[in-house]
Amino acid sequence: MSIFADAQIWNSTLSMAVPLALPAIGGTFSERTGVVNVAMEGIMLMGAFFGVAFSYWTGSAWIGLLMALIIGGLTSAAFAWGAIRVSADQVVLGMAINIFAAGLTAFLLDTVFGFSGTPPTTPKLPNVSLPGIDKIPYVGQIFTNQSILVYVMIAIVILSHWFLFHTRLGLRMRSVGENPLAADTVGINVWRLRYAGVIIGGLLSALGGAYLSIGVLNSFSVNMTNGRGYIALAAMIFGKWTPLGSFGAALLFGFSTALGIVLQGNGVSSNLLQMIPYALTIIALTGLVGRSIPPAADGLPYDPKR
Amino acid sequence: MKALRSTFLGPIVATLLAIVIGGILVSAMGYNPFSVYGSLISGAFGNIPSLGNTITASIPLVLCGLGIAIAFQSGLFNIGADGQYWVAAAASVWVGYHFTSLPGWLHIIFCLVVGMLVGAIWGGIIPGLTKAYVGSSEVITTMMLSYIGILLARYLIEGGPMQEPGSNPQSPEIVQNTQLPYFNQTLMQSQLSLVAVAITILAAVVAWFLLYKTTIGYQLRAVGFNQRAARYAGMRVTLYTVIALCLSGLFAGLAGSVQMLGVDHRLMDGFSSNYGYTAIVVSLLARNNPLGVLLAGLFFGALTTGGQNMQIISNVPAALTDVLQGLIIFFVACERIVPQIIQWYRRRRSLRSGVAAS
Amino acid sequence: MEDFLEVIDLKKWFPGVKANDGVNLTLRRGEVHAILGENGAGKSTLMKMIYGLLEPTSGEIRLAGQPVHFRSPREAIQAGIGMVHQHFMLIPALTVAENVVLGDEPGGVNYNRREAVRHVRALSERYGLDIDPTAKISQLSVGLQQRVEILKAFYRKARLIILDEPTALLTPQETRELFNIVRNLKAEGIPVLFISHKLDEVKEISDRVTVMRAGKTVDSVRTADATPQDLANMMVGREVVLRIQKEVAKPGAPVLQLEDVKVRDKAKNLRVKGITLELRRGEILGLAGIDGNGQFELADAIAGLLRPEDGRIIFDGHDITHMTPAQRTERGIAYVPQDRHADGLVLEFDLVENTILRDFHKRPYSSAGILRRKPAEDYTKRLIEAFDVRPPQPARKAAELSGGNQQKVILAREVSRDPIMLIAAQPTRGLDVGAIEGIHRQLVRLRDEGKGVLLVSLEMDEILSLSDRIAVIHDGRIVDVIPGDTATREQIGLLMTGSRTNSEVASS
Repeated sequence: MSIFADAQIWNSTLSMAVPLALPAIGGTFSERTGVVNVAMEGIMLMGAFFGVAFSYWTGSAWIGLLMALIIGGLTSAAFAWGAIRVSADQVVLGMAINIFAAGLTAFLLDTVFGFSGTPPTTPKLPNVSLPGIDKIPYVGQIFTNQSILVYVMIAIVILSHWFLFHTRLGLRMRSVGENPLAADTVGINVWRLRYAGVIIGGLLSALGGAYLSIGVLNSFSVNMTNGRGYIALAAMIFGKWTPLGSFGAALLFGFSTALGIVLQGNGVSSNLLQMIPYALTIIALTGLVGRSIPPAADGLPYDPKR
Repeated sequence: MKALRSTFLGPIVATLLAIVIGGILVSAMGYNPFSVYGSLISGAFGNIPSLGNTITASIPLVLCGLGIAIAFQSGLFNIGADGQYWVAAAASVWVGYHFTSLPGWLHIIFCLVVGMLVGAIWGGIIPGLTKAYVGSSEVITTMMLSYIGILLARYLIEGGPMQEPGSNPQSPEIVQNTQLPYFNQTLMQSQLSLVAVAITILAAVVAWFLLYKTTIGYQLRAVGFNQRAARYAGMRVTLYTVIALCLSGLFAGLAGSVQMLGVDHRLMDGFSSNYGYTAIVVSLLARNNPLGVLLAGLFFGALTTGGQNMQIISNVPAALTDVLQGLIIFFVACERIVPQIIQWYRRRRSLRSGVAAS
Repeated sequence: MEDFLEVIDLKKWFPGVKANDGVNLTLRRGEVHAILGENGAGKSTLMKMIYGLLEPTSGEIRLAGQPVHFRSPREAIQAGIGMVHQHFMLIPALTVAENVVLGDEPGGVNYNRREAVRHVRALSERYGLDIDPTAKISQLSVGLQQRVEILKAFYRKARLIILDEPTALLTPQETRELFNIVRNLKAEGIPVLFISHKLDEVKEISDRVTVMRAGKTVDSVRTADATPQDLANMMVGREVVLRIQKEVAKPGAPVLQLEDVKVRDKAKNLRVKGITLELRRGEILGLAGIDGNGQFELADAIAGLLRPEDGRIIFDGHDITHMTPAQRTERGIAYVPQDRHADGLVLEFDLVENTILRDFHKRPYSSAGILRRKPAEDYTKRLIEAFDVRPPQPARKAAELSGGNQQKVILAREVSRDPIMLIAAQPTRGLDVGAIEGIHRQLVRLRDEGKGVLLVSLEMDEILSLSDRIAVIHDGRIVDVIPGDTATREQIGLLMTGSRTNSEVASS
């Protein structure tokens, strides 16, 4: 098909995968340590809003990015406290964060920036074409004029895989999500690692949110994540709770979105194409093809004092 | 009475705490919190039209909330009421404009029944069966099906078979005699049909009756509280898991039907209503008690309309009410920290007095 | 041989229970030392204190002559104590090597997988464990998983290994292999504390044995010097059994017949390995045995909660093998389950809702699917009165009652349905003396009314006090059935360990 011959579709697939892959990997960190995380959507919104807000206030998109990470981290820390220290219902807590973040960002957008929204002069993060690679035909086009965060994401995918599966800390994090009691008896601090997992998840989700507001655009709009946090959840499950799998699923989902845009002119409904990620997730969960099985202690609070 | 107080004390304290934090937030933005909350309250209850709007807004929240409450009472989490709502809405609208020769009352009942059935199927079959037989988390399956449902409804009117000829992505209007009557001009302004109100109250009573007064509800609750004891008592746990999710979807479907017949009259874009999510808050706040859902739904309906009026009067964005909602759930979810804090405080005090004594 | 671990007059008191009340023990270097005792004798409390999971109320633990006070397992591990729990602390999704090194992995930032595998393989070879470090735990048999636990202890440089009921889940072949491993350890000079209630195993593997009873250590002897009968006597004591006053049983027609019944538990392990047994009307048949020998799976299978793998269950002349629990209830089987919180009650329901748990779908408690509160409440009030449930308030949630009163509610519900047979599993577990007596009286009353009672209990006193006949179960099989009035603790104690006595001739 001619569509696939056009590198543009791969270019946009990659770009659309970023705000899915980052929170999906973030969710992977959280759930691998045993905390069910549906708060990605809300934390993305926080990252998106505060990224653009601080970018405007300070005139530096980089400071905006830093603040997005800090505030995303703090939000996820609040979530982590409730989920780990209080043993509150993790799904309910995640919903609370999502509703709160949607409200707060919409509220602040209006009260701080007024009706017209964030000013068009707000700086955004630079787009980069990889020198050297951009000369290669076809492949070069894919990496032409992408946001710097696209490359950051690729680095994060690799780093996350290395961290979770090849470092001592990664091994410990996984053990905590599988059998916290066993980990505790060999001297591993379960709570500390769970906090770390959730907060890393928050940082990556916030990064994904900031990509939308100051990576692609330089503005924020109400509910700008538009459910990407939930698709990221789907990508995490479909990717079997691994960074590489999450990235692969994000690419697949990003591709179905990119394809939807291309095909819209041809009379194929984008609505139907957009169902693909969700349908695949259900299929993966129910085990029709290669069943996705969550970490054994995912969602179960752990009380070290019993 | 004491039990009742301790049951609802938590949600009330959580709400007050959220209101205080919301107040601090609006103060920080340079508004007077008292006038902001004043305009919120008067916007929700201040005059007949706003009271009408409040009730109208609360109807879908109550109906979805009832469904979620039934699931919670059965030990299940239906997070996908939104999709069930929209799929059912689409089905009732289709029935509403497709058949034209039925008598009005029969046609209305037909629409409602189809909506409920479709909602029940959407919410119950796949999540219920996969939960019962392979143990897939119903949180994820209902959530994913919810998005599929919303996309399906959107597809139906964006190039799909239900799109009205013309450029707008919307369905044809349902025939006049399926639209729930408004009775008078004031109610019409608020789009408040007393029939819808009656259906809602009836639904709450039915849900309450079902849960507490029937053998089905008894078994649902037994399965929800303690699956092993339910199995010991001879109950069919898998069957009741499916029934619980079907019933949950049925009420969400009823919400979609009633909203179409009573307010919207056609399927049109605006699928990000988030009734499903707000209804979770409604149910949690009501401690999953159907009659409590009625009150909590009214409270959130008031927040919605009050918020809109507040935006007009004091210029404070209506999104403030979402902030309050998020905070309320957060505090309700974290409620169990309270006994821990009390215990910690007591221990510290006894430690201190011990030190003082020695 | 010098003393490596000393336990001196150790006590652990919980509110109302003296779990350990004067425990003395010395473990010498290079010996296999068995701790023998019935369930509830205080063995696991002792181990938990040695391993830092519980803090002693008083007394002292000395390791290599130095007093130690462990506040967590971590500290015990650091001091060189390795423990293989009855329920393994392993992570099924990870490999053997990963499980072994977890918490103390080789490498810097990176996890040095190759080094971990090398180290674990070396350890495995040194102690003759023969295990593949790269295999996933979930793929290993129970016996191999246990070796991983042993490896974990050695990786942490354990100078002492505690094996807690290590053969409970093993096949005979695996048990033999475990014993070879234990002998290797002994050859390496590593002392082993072997906790068990199985006499034959203790005889086979240990050098010395300390017997515990009712929270106290009775004696420590050289294993070679003691006969099984001596050990059994020490284990169960010689106190006179207080038998409840009751008439001589007048057994009637058979009410329950088991024919070669085999049952697997939820984890698919075969727990009941072919049981043929008969219960008559008007008798109490005690099923005695040490925990984990299949008695509760058998009870569940008779009640219909587990499906028998093989064999037939005949109840009151009808084959009920394939009936649902509800159908069996209808036929007249009542069941007081072992775990009253998990199975017997819905704690969040009030007493009325709990008393109709089995009959809610029948008149007068409901008609046409609608519950009728008034008759249910009246019925509950009658039961509360008859069984002296306190507080006598039908609207109380079950969770708000004491354990004894909760058990009364269950018993009241089950026996008031006028069943033909009652299965009572651990009916008095955790109850105080007064409550126990009341429940025992109820069981005898049922018997006298001509109903069959199957009493499954881990308490030997309860079995001896109530049973007209006693069936002893071991490893999923009935070792023997003996008359209740002449049975002695020693006799049953020995049977429970799987050894048959001569009394079988007399009883059959």
